[in-house]
Amino acid sequence: MDRTNENLRKEIIRESGVNPLKCMRCGKCSGTCPSYGEMEYHPHQFVYMVETGDIEPLMKSKSIYKCLSCFACIDRCPRGVEPAKIVEAVRLEVVRQQGANHLKAEDIPSIIDEDMPQQALVSAFRKYSK
Amino acid sequence: MQRIGVFVCWCGSNIAGTVDVVAVSEALKNEPGVVFSTNYQYMCSQAGQNIIIDAIKEHNLTGIVVCSCSPRMHEATFRKTAAAAGLNPYMVEIANIREQCSWVHKEMPIGTEKAIILGKAAIAKVNLNAPLVPGESPVTKRALVIGGGIAGIQTALDIAEAGYEVDIVEKKPTIGGKMAQIDKTFPTLDCAACILTPKMVDVAQNEKIKIYSYSEVTEVNGFVGNYTVKINKKARYVKEDVCTGCGLCTEKCPMKKVPNEFNLGMDNRRAIYIPFAQAVPKVATIDANYCTMLKTGKCGVCSKVCTAGAIDYTQKDEVIEQKYGAIVVATGFNPISMDKFDEFAYNQSKDVITSLEFERLTNAAGPTAGKLLRPSDGKHPHTIVFVQCVGSRCSSCAEKGKEYCSKICCMYTAKHAMLTRDKYPDTDVYVFYIDVRTPGKAFDEFYRRAVEEYGVHYIKGMVGKVSPEGDKLMVRASDLLANKQLNIEADLVVLAAAIEPDKSARPLATMLTASMDTNDFFTEAHPKLRPVESPTAGVFLSGTCQGPKDIPETVSQASAAAAKVIGLLSKDKLTGNPCVAQSDELMCNGCSSCERVCPYGAISYVDKEFRMPNRTTVVRRVASVNEAVCQGCGCCTVACPSGAMDLKGFANKQIMAEVDAICK
Amino acid sequence: MKVSYFPGCTLKTKAKKLDVYARKCAEVLGVTLEEIENWQCCGGVFTTASNEIATKLSSARALVEAKEKGQPLVSVCSACHNVIKQTNQAIKENRDSFTDRMNNYMALEEPYNGETQVLHYLELLRDVVGYDKIKEKVVNPLTGKKIGAYYGCLLLRPNSVMQMDDPENPSIIEDLIRALGAEPVVFPYRNECCGGYTIIEDKDVAIEKSGKVCKSAKSHGAEMIVTACPLCKYNLDKNGKEVPVVYITELLAEALGVKED
Repeated sequence: MDRTNENLRKEIIRESGVNPLKCMRCGKCSGTCPSYGEMEYHPHQFVYMVETGDIEPLMKSKSIYKCLSCFACIDRCPRGVEPAKIVEAVRLEVVRQQGANHLKAEDIPSIIDEDMPQQALVSAFRKYSK
Repeated sequence: MQRIGVFVCWCGSNIAGTVDVVAVSEALKNEPGVVFSTNYQYMCSQAGQNIIIDAIKEHNLTGIVVCSCSPRMHEATFRKTAAAAGLNPYMVEIANIREQCSWVHKEMPIGTEKAIILGKAAIAKVNLNAPLVPGESPVTKRALVIGGGIAGIQTALDIAEAGYEVDIVEKKPTIGGKMAQIDKTFPTLDCAACILTPKMVDVAQNEKIKIYSYSEVTEVNGFVGNYTVKINKKARYVKEDVCTGCGLCTEKCPMKKVPNEFNLGMDNRRAIYIPFAQAVPKVATIDANYCTMLKTGKCGVCSKVCTAGAIDYTQKDEVIEQKYGAIVVATGFNPISMDKFDEFAYNQSKDVITSLEFERLTNAAGPTAGKLLRPSDGKHPHTIVFVQCVGSRCSSCAEKGKEYCSKICCMYTAKHAMLTRDKYPDTDVYVFYIDVRTPGKAFDEFYRRAVEEYGVHYIKGMVGKVSPEGDKLMVRASDLLANKQLNIEADLVVLAAAIEPDKSARPLATMLTASMDTNDFFTEAHPKLRPVESPTAGVFLSGTCQGPKDIPETVSQASAAAAKVIGLLSKDKLTGNPCVAQSDELMCNGCSSCERVCPYGAISYVDKEFRMPNRTTVVRRVASVNEAVCQGCGCCTVACPSGAMDLKGFANKQIMAEVDAICK
Repeated sequence: MKVSYFPGCTLKTKAKKLDVYARKCAEVLGVTLEEIENWQCCGGVFTTASNEIATKLSSARALVEAKEKGQPLVSVCSACHNVIKQTNQAIKENRDSFTDRMNNYMALEEPYNGETQVLHYLELLRDVVGYDKIKEKVVNPLTGKKIGAYYGCLLLRPNSVMQMDDPENPSIIEDLIRALGAEPVVFPYRNECCGGYTIIEDKDVAIEKSGKVCKSAKSHGAEMIVTACPLCKYNLDKNGKEVPVVYITELLAEALGVKED
């Protein structure tokens, strides 16, 4: 693992509080994920790729915006690995970069309708932008 | 003044790797009483022991200190060595410089310093040691086996075979245990009942074996060779010696809606019942929770139809007291509750079942007479999903699952899958696995046969959610090798539930003062070398009470436990532990504190005449220790307010000398 | 009794019924919801990263205010409750010195270490008021109504923190439905995600997810779905409202006789 990857890996592990080595590779997270079909990389791959330091493909992938933070993977994981926290940490690595906001204020008028609750907007901004 | 020899062991690099053994033996040379000090690579080897023997003789040693591993490992070895050289074995002290020193430290200077201190403490103690001679106690030549599953049955048969009396205590109305509920056994696929029930009959017919069924152990007193055990024989409201087992009562009883535990509640039995056709003893039992006669005094049908006159509604629980020389624990296992795993919808759908329920559904004596039918609608299932490791290898939440591998599930699931495909070729069978673990004779071949010959779909991945929709079970799962999420429309889902020790094991362990691990499996005396003995002398372990195991392993261990019991019962007398309490009668004030704290009932009080000045005498009440019963725990020495109680070999002044040596 | 109350932004606008009826029903049941002064939006979702501090401050301020009043902090919106409860847990755990840094920044007289008890409105009903008492107060029993309780994810997960109910087989809403005289309908998708904030990212996908929930509820016989979450309601409503979705507080108000038509 080169130094950049190693640093990134350490940062994601620290930030997420997840120890990917606890994973026993059962795939229950991906077996339960409701967004599986929308994801290029699946929850178990997030865990494994962070473990091996192969993080850049995850950062470039749209998968980080598909996670619903529904925490089904966290609750159903038999080993307490918490994959959703890894996904969140990888996403933060991306959206914290200058100009990397996934959702921009100017996008909102075209998305919004009369009934849409504020909750949808604030949640999306918190997940997709900094 | 003692003449003490010090022997420092390297234990290869186990000790020498982090302790400078030469420095230790040099440093200890100058301690008070030490006249000889040396070190050697393996002190426990024959050559090492010869060094000790020679030194004892050559230097007229009166005591020795061996700086080595834990006394649990080799204290007995070195005591024998000392005895061989004519030294009293209780003049040997072990300084544990391995487990508590070299293994826990990383740096040589620290390890060495600590080893020297531990050596000094042991030397200080030996200086105050006195030769001790152990007493003897007789052995009751009868064994108790707690649990009447295949483990208990095998142990009892083997002990009886050697000519000793054995009692089996079984809490259920019949012996047979879990094996009686199983349909076929892997990897040979012979019928479980066909190989188990003849053994049950052997037990029933063996003159040396007595079965206390529907009974539980409630109290254990005594010690190895000399246990007194109270057994509560629960009222079954049927005279066991009169009932012929004809079963007429079980057909006529009007209370028909009692969940049948033998079929895991998948059908009903009557309030009076015989668990299954080959039950031993084959006698009926009335379930007091459901019997109308016992609850309201109105009914009495079973009594009217019983031609033998075996029904007795007035029967009461009976407490039996019996003496034993050895006790074997064979309390077995249960599948864990699926309540906390409802992502698999066990509580939401009748068609989500456990593997043990699957056994009953495929068993000719089960609720469907052996036809694999869905519990919900009695239809033939076409798509069946097996889920492995439900609650096993689960570290996320202790109240949910178990951290260990339950060991038997991979094989029985392969068996279920194979048999299903064999009998019903129109079925699609999926097995979701994390790893397939088949280390056993002809085990992996068996699993491969399920895949290659029977076409069972093995999928590496786990089921995430089961959703009952209409008459289908929607199974969402991952296929890790294909990197896909699967959605399978299943008719039946079978969960390989983790296994756990029977709930009766923990209170029993307390009664026996036998130790358990955090999962409530009984701990063995040594994980490799004494796997069928509990660390508590006289208590032996048989079957899954010690850890998950399959039938062949259980039977091997059961026979091994029997061999250990036979070895014990073959002795006429047992050498006791001389490190027992003794009371200085002149200091005893007769307060009874020691008697009250003694867990073994080893202390009593006697009136004794003492001579006083001027030829007068006085009668005083003083403590007296029964050395055969005392286990040397030391509670009394702590409780004694006047300092009259002391433990031989661990006297207060010896302990204090050790502490002083450490603190110096 | 009085409790601190965190309504949240959506309850002041799009989900007024959730707020208004929560207060009215609480009064009927002898509980006053005292709104936290100057509360700020919780942010809608909890940020799990340990080095996210600013995003957790609004919850922290509300928690501190409740602590000062010596009251439990109640919210009825699933999202607010989830965020506040997870924030409180993060404060208790102090991972990566989060709490120390938060306390430093907020410069409180007395540092906050997670002392406030965080309750969802449902927990207030079940554990403080008691369903038996609610049953007594019912004036319009909802007899014969078949109602599916939709938990979504925010009420139950992560279970290690939320600790409200069995996350895979919950009963807190079903038991309430029963106390109100109606018949609960258990359906497997009651604890599956509605699509949440991804409605912003990809409408069709989110609607497909909430559609599965509606379908599951309907196929199990539910005539109505109840929820405590405005976003869940929005997403579920996107499926043509074939099965009406109402807030738990509306249902409660109807049974207690305080609902205005």
